[in-house]
Order: sequence, then C-alpha cells, then structure tokens
Amino acid sequence: MSTNTVKLKIDGVDVTAAEGTTILKAAKDVGIIIPTLCSLEGLTAYGGCRLCLVEVSGTPKLFPACTTPIGPGMDVTTQSDKLKEYRKIAVQLLLAERTHICSVCVADDHCELQAMANQLGVDHVMFERNWSREEIDSTHDFLVIDRNRCILCTRCIRVCDQIEGVHTLDLKLRGKDSQVIMDLDEKWGNSCSCTSCRKCAKVCPVGAIYVEGEPIEHTKKRDVAEFIVERRNRK
Amino acid sequence: MSTNAKVRVATVWLSGCSGCHMSFLDQDERLVDLAKKITLVYSPLVDVKEFPENVDVTLIEGAVANEEQLAMLKKVRGRTKILVSLGDCAVTGNVTALRNSWRHSDQAVLERAYKDPADLNAAVPTAVPKLLIKARPLHEIVKVDFYIPGCPPHADLINYVLTELLAGRAPVMEGRSKYG
Repeated sequence: MSTNTVKLKIDGVDVTAAEGTTILKAAKDVGIIIPTLCSLEGLTAYGGCRLCLVEVSGTPKLFPACTTPIGPGMDVTTQSDKLKEYRKIAVQLLLAERTHICSVCVADDHCELQAMANQLGVDHVMFERNWSREEIDSTHDFLVIDRNRCILCTRCIRVCDQIEGVHTLDLKLRGKDSQVIMDLDEKWGNSCSCTSCRKCAKVCPVGAIYVEGEPIEHTKKRDVAEFIVERRNRK
Repeated sequence: MSTNAKVRVATVWLSGCSGCHMSFLDQDERLVDLAKKITLVYSPLVDVKEFPENVDVTLIEGAVANEEQLAMLKKVRGRTKILVSLGDCAVTGNVTALRNSWRHSDQAVLERAYKDPADLNAAVPTAVPKLLIKARPLHEIVKVDFYIPGCPPHADLINYVLTELLAGRAPVMEGRSKYG
C-alpha cells in the first residue's frame, strides 16, 4: 500500500488522505456528503450523472468528485449556489430525458432520483420533456426492465460485471439513445449468461429494473455491492 | 396584499382526476380559518360560470389537454396575479400526459377510447373540445409562479403554500415538497 498522503482543503476543512483517493471519498471520510446518483460504494466510478460536480479554486471548470483524484493544496468547494443550480439542472435534465411519471412508477417513494429532486427543491422541470417511448422487456421469469425510467447510471451494468462477474448487461448506442441491453441485445428471457441474481434490480436507483410482483422495498438493497466486496476482502 | 380586504382566490380543474381538489378539501377545519381570509371567486366547488377579473391567487389542477383548456389557461393567467400549479398533472403532465409517448397521441387516444372497444357505430365524438397533440404542464404554456407537486399534493402542503401567500411571503418548497 502506498503511504504517500496528500493534504488539501474541502469546504474549508483540512483533509489528509492517501494519494489517488477521489474527492468524493476524501470528503466522505471527513463527513462531507456530496450528492451522487450513479456512484455506488463497491463499484468503480462512472462519472455519468454530474450530481457530484465540485468547484476547485483556481479554475472555472467544475470537476466530478467521484472520478477526480485529490491533489496537494487543492481547495475544494462542495456546496455553493452555483453548484446547487447545476445540480438542479442535472436532475431536471434526467427527469426530462425519459418518461418519468412517479405516480405510476413501481419505485415511487423508493427512488433516488425523486429523493434527489426533493432534496434539491426541484418542484418542476423547466425543460420541455422528451416523452420517449422505450422498450419494456418482461420476458425474464421475474426481472423486468422498463427503459423509460432508466437514467443510464450503469450501476446495473457495473454490478453485473464487477460483482456477479457475468457481464450480461451492457450499453448500446450513444447519448440519449443509449439502452441497457442483455448479452448481444437479446430479450432478457433468452439471455444465456444471466444468473438471475437480482443485483441489477437491487442497485437500480430508480424503477427501471424491478422484480415482478415483489414490493420495491424488499427488492432494493443498494448496499449489496459494498457488502459483498467487504466480505470478499475478509481474510 | 391588503390585510383588510379578503383575498380573491380561484381554483380551476383542467385535465386531472379532481384528486387535488379533494386534497384541497382535506385541509378540513383549516378551511374555516381560510374562509375568513379569502373569497372563493371561481372553482368547481362554487357555482360561478365565468372566470372573473382581478383574481389574486389561482390554483390550477390538471394538465392542458385540449383547446378549450388552452384558452381557459390563457384567460386565467391574464386575470390572475399569482398562478399556482396544483398537483402533478399541472406540474409535470403526469398520467394525463402518458399518451404523449405515442405519435399523434391525440388521435390514438380517441381511437383507443371510442373506436377500439365499440361493437356498433364506432366513431370519435365531434362535440367535445379538440385534443391537443400533446397534454402539457401549465408552465410550458404560461408563466407559473409557484408549484405544488404531488399526486395528489398533501393537504398540509396546500395549506402551507396558501398560508405563506396570504401572509405575503413566497413559499419555500425545498425539503417540503415531494416530486412526482
């Protein structure tokens, strides 16, 4: 283990952390919670949702805390009016991109996107909504994917690859057209690699992947990756 | 707002299920206090046919789904000082706007409702207001001053917003409202 440490400031607090640590982790270790959606303990960082953007003094550019390593002498700001405005925009863009209708969603009240909207005071979406109509796949025995609710955080893809180790799920196409697919774009019920482990449904922050007929609060176990990684590392 | 004269309040019901108005009534005994401070000048709950001039606060439930509602919304906006989107259909489109994901959803939804299930004389009615191609939230059409999200919004939240507005303060929804 590298013993090189880096000293920096986060929200005015002096922080010392190991070289290579991300701003998100270094902040969390001193009790500063930066809002996130795609990030999940136990999985590699993705940097897709842009909720964790922070300010670093000396540059006008904003940095995603989940993928940016700390540097010596860095002066990081995690909460400001500017950041809050950007975070509200990020949430609104996610809500506008696909057809999120909480009142008919299986994850209503158990949704991280909805919770983030509430936390940030997003009470409406200022952008005209896209009203996308994506494919719903319910061919699996009990797992369902409703791509209309997907925010493309790739948690499901990462947990399938990095924790379950089978890499059934992946992404096709780009930008707003991106879709979570099974194997080489097979129907889920025809997937030869899926082990039906449900980890994708457990970590999905929204109602895009769920277990048919099961109350969402029973399905969601968003710390499953962290839990398994911790157990595996026990000697 | 003047502290002496009663505040002129209206409520409007566009394309929604009336659940938001039910939630409004769920303010229960607080309605008695409210009634001392406001005059309900137009509402599905009172018998006034024409939307009046000089309204202080209007709460609108429902999305804008047809031409009649579109005209109504514009009239209301022109005659109201403070316009509030009441509930998810007004705020996001919600269930009313589920049809938006279909192409030519105005025709598709009429055919699904009137033609597909009919055994005899299947026809789309012509005596009803023409549907818009998409059902839309209010703020996509007119300026909206405040939003009360929820399906339906909680009576406490409606009461909070009204109380703040009557006191001449801007309601703060952060940490209070539930999106969707």
